[in-house]
Amino acid sequence: MTYIAKPKVAYAGLTHNALGLSRRDYEGALSTLCAGCGHDSVTAAIVQACWELSLPPHRMVKLSGIGCSSKTPAYFVSQAHGINTVHGRMPSVATGAAAANRNLRYLGVSGDGDSLSIGLGQFCHAMRRNVRMLYIIENNGVYGLTKGQFSASADIGSKAKKGEINMQPPIDPVLTALAAGATFVARSFSGDKAQLVPLIKAGLAHEGFALIDVLSPCVTFNDHEDSTKSYAFTRQFYHPAVHTDFVPPAEEIRAGYEQGDAMEVELHDGSHLALRKVETEYDPTNRDAAFVKIHERMQAGEWLTGLLYVETGREDMHALNKTVAEPLATLPFKDLCPGAATLERTLARYR
Amino acid sequence: MSGKRTPERVNDFTLKLANVNGTGSASANGLLMKGFFRMGIPVSGKNYFPSNIQGLPTWYEIRVSREGYRARSGTVDLMVAMNAQTYAQDLAGVSPGGYLLYDSTWPRSHALAREDVTVLGAPFAQLCNEAFDGVRTRILMKNMVYVGTLAALLDIDMKVVEQLAKDNFGKKPGLVEANMKAIQLGWDYAKANFECPLPFRVEAMDATGGMVMMDGNTTAGLGCVYAGATVGAWYPITPSTSLMDAYRSFCARFRADPETRERRYCVVQAEDELAAIGMVLGASWAGARAFTPTSGPGISLMSEFIGYGYFTEIPAVIFDVQRVGPSTGLPTRTQQGDITLAAYASHGDTRHPVLFPADPTECFDMAVQAFDLAERLQTPVFVLSDLDIGMNDWLCRAPSWDDSYVPDRGKVLSVAELERIEKFRRYADPDGDGIPWRSLPGVHPKGAYFTRGSGHSEAAGYTEDAGEYERLMERLKRKFAGAAALVPAPVLQRADKKASLGLISVGSCDDAVAEARDQLRAEGIRSDYLRIRAFPFNDDVQAFLDEHERIFIIEQNRDGQLRTLLINECRVDGRRLESILHYDGLPMAAAPLVAAVRERLKQGAAA
Repeated sequence: MTYIAKPKVAYAGLTHNALGLSRRDYEGALSTLCAGCGHDSVTAAIVQACWELSLPPHRMVKLSGIGCSSKTPAYFVSQAHGINTVHGRMPSVATGAAAANRNLRYLGVSGDGDSLSIGLGQFCHAMRRNVRMLYIIENNGVYGLTKGQFSASADIGSKAKKGEINMQPPIDPVLTALAAGATFVARSFSGDKAQLVPLIKAGLAHEGFALIDVLSPCVTFNDHEDSTKSYAFTRQFYHPAVHTDFVPPAEEIRAGYEQGDAMEVELHDGSHLALRKVETEYDPTNRDAAFVKIHERMQAGEWLTGLLYVETGREDMHALNKTVAEPLATLPFKDLCPGAATLERTLARYR
Repeated sequence: MSGKRTPERVNDFTLKLANVNGTGSASANGLLMKGFFRMGIPVSGKNYFPSNIQGLPTWYEIRVSREGYRARSGTVDLMVAMNAQTYAQDLAGVSPGGYLLYDSTWPRSHALAREDVTVLGAPFAQLCNEAFDGVRTRILMKNMVYVGTLAALLDIDMKVVEQLAKDNFGKKPGLVEANMKAIQLGWDYAKANFECPLPFRVEAMDATGGMVMMDGNTTAGLGCVYAGATVGAWYPITPSTSLMDAYRSFCARFRADPETRERRYCVVQAEDELAAIGMVLGASWAGARAFTPTSGPGISLMSEFIGYGYFTEIPAVIFDVQRVGPSTGLPTRTQQGDITLAAYASHGDTRHPVLFPADPTECFDMAVQAFDLAERLQTPVFVLSDLDIGMNDWLCRAPSWDDSYVPDRGKVLSVAELERIEKFRRYADPDGDGIPWRSLPGVHPKGAYFTRGSGHSEAAGYTEDAGEYERLMERLKRKFAGAAALVPAPVLQRADKKASLGLISVGSCDDAVAEARDQLRAEGIRSDYLRIRAFPFNDDVQAFLDEHERIFIIEQNRDGQLRTLLINECRVDGRRLESILHYDGLPMAAAPLVAAVRERLKQGAAA
């Protein structure tokens, strides 16, 4: 059973955000994933980020496909509508919902099986359309719910729990996103909440498709010695390239970054991303250079993490469609139906 | 000529034009058809085109019928053989006593001539080469030359032709002049060289008042605009593509702000049909009226999501413009091969309301009804059109609109209602009709719930509980049974006296069946006729089955899918239901139907 109501416990000292809501108000049902699952840490980071952003919970929409990762939207923001779609097809449902109501915040959670195998096409096309949503892949290289088959993100040489060795090259979501034209591409690790929370905030504020690939180890099927998606392996070969601070609109960016290492990116809503480059030569606004760098380091067995590419100002699906500002779903019928007199005139050319 | 002469007939003949696709013949053929229509004469056109852009044979068949019969006649009185490649086949296709007109710039030997067919040669290419410059112009104008020749041969009113040329090419005066020059060339040649008019010809009538010439994809697209649909998602597939084209072009006219050009609609060309239906469900879930047009192969691909929509109770409108299957089949030919597919699409116990329009007017009406039903019932609804209805121009009653129409958005909780309730239970049945209340995202925190295709409780929680699952499935069954009273009722036409013979048919078979009934009645065979307009079947269908000793089910597929559905859904002994089937990809004609009924009756009761 993956639906267990979680008691809302208020304790003294619970802080409240601008809406007067505590973190508890952004939680959901109790997780039924395995103890120690990386996905639960991602859920906690989402709760933290939404609370810090003071998002009205009911103005959010949570979406997912099928798989362990796709269960998690039930575990956060219980006052938001959620939709658990069919396997690999969450991007199309998100596209349709976003088409109907452009004023809600869309947060999709998917997995490496859901996005890189069965749903690879939809994943790419949602990026190509630049649908405004945050899309989190909880990436563990393995099919958990069906008990441990390799996924398309499994690395060459990675060993399954039962001993089989993967010999096919992985499809990397970050490189795929860069190739498909995504305008916000990040990678993080479920074990690094300090990095993940600002990335989620930035992704939710981004005016377009934001991808965060979160390495999120599967404690049951892919956390052993010969796995390249284990906690130990990820911690060892994980290299932040860019630290991201999310600065909401009307707040000053704190100074203190060393010259040459800091970059500032302004988002559409007036918020800012303050990017501190750990690797000084890394440029997160240069798609080609980012691709080369990420690929080089992957070949060396290392994960570059952080906000790896960001592009603001690109038109999203609605800008390209020139959709009216008011959500299509709430337009009054009189603005949609041309009426009998117009029909009569329209039919003249068919007479 | 020694062949039998056709007796003189006015406003009752079939003209078939054999062309090469990509040569611009469609506008010439359309002009001819519209010419008959403007003269007040009932006419219908069927286009037989290849799945190709240029160079393959294509035929256009125009039936002129003073009786108003719109079905294919199955005969050819005058063949216009403009395609050298298919000349022999076209000559063979002419009905005895008929005529064939061809381009005699390259004269044919008499070896191919038929005793019973009059061959008329007119040097269309030569006339064009002398009068026009440029290869493309000459190719295009050749079509207009034969229009002129046919106008003379059939007595078409040249004033009407000229007005049509102005309507069609009015934006470019030079083009009107050039086209009229070509038409005149053909006319003059015919007048000088042939005995005009032919024994069959036209004469102005007054039988097309209140009618339009439209195809069903255009009317369905227009219906979506009038129904208030704002999101359309699709993947291009013949023969449904022009439905979205129509929706988009009507929206560009009626739904774009005149100053800012901002659009009150969003059309998404999806990466495939799986995504198209996903987008429709997402948009409907978020509160928009959303639809997708597709054809059989698209339904196969959408099936998983259709079951999801059924189980999670999300509205969706799916237009299936049927073509010939299975598999890729004959993509540019018509069939009714998706009846059982649409009714039961997806794994597990699923069933869906299906509407069956019989002509473009009904495509308009049923498009609007489909959105009302989908939202009232919170489930995917099909409109099952076909290539014949969707892509051919039909003479049909002009679609009409009642400005007092209010869309039925179904049971959607408002902010005030959500404020009032203690706890929202998405899948409860407080009204006892099997239809739950839904909430839309973004409206109120108390409306939040989690939609899932896995087992869910009345409160929308995950469950694998046996009892809860059964109760949910029983409620969905009740809801579907209730749909029978909401969908369009069948149309019953009774014989003038009590008849023991019943005919049941559906969709685009209607015209052939109506014409066949007239002919059968003239032979003394009376029949009652029930045209099914929707699934689930209502009580009228059961009553008709109960009332008739012998029933023929007429449909356009090999396996008798409507019959299967009737046997499965009604209380009837299948042995009383006999199939009369037509499924070669061409629209149904009355004559073979009359012959089949006659033959079956002669054989006696079915085994």
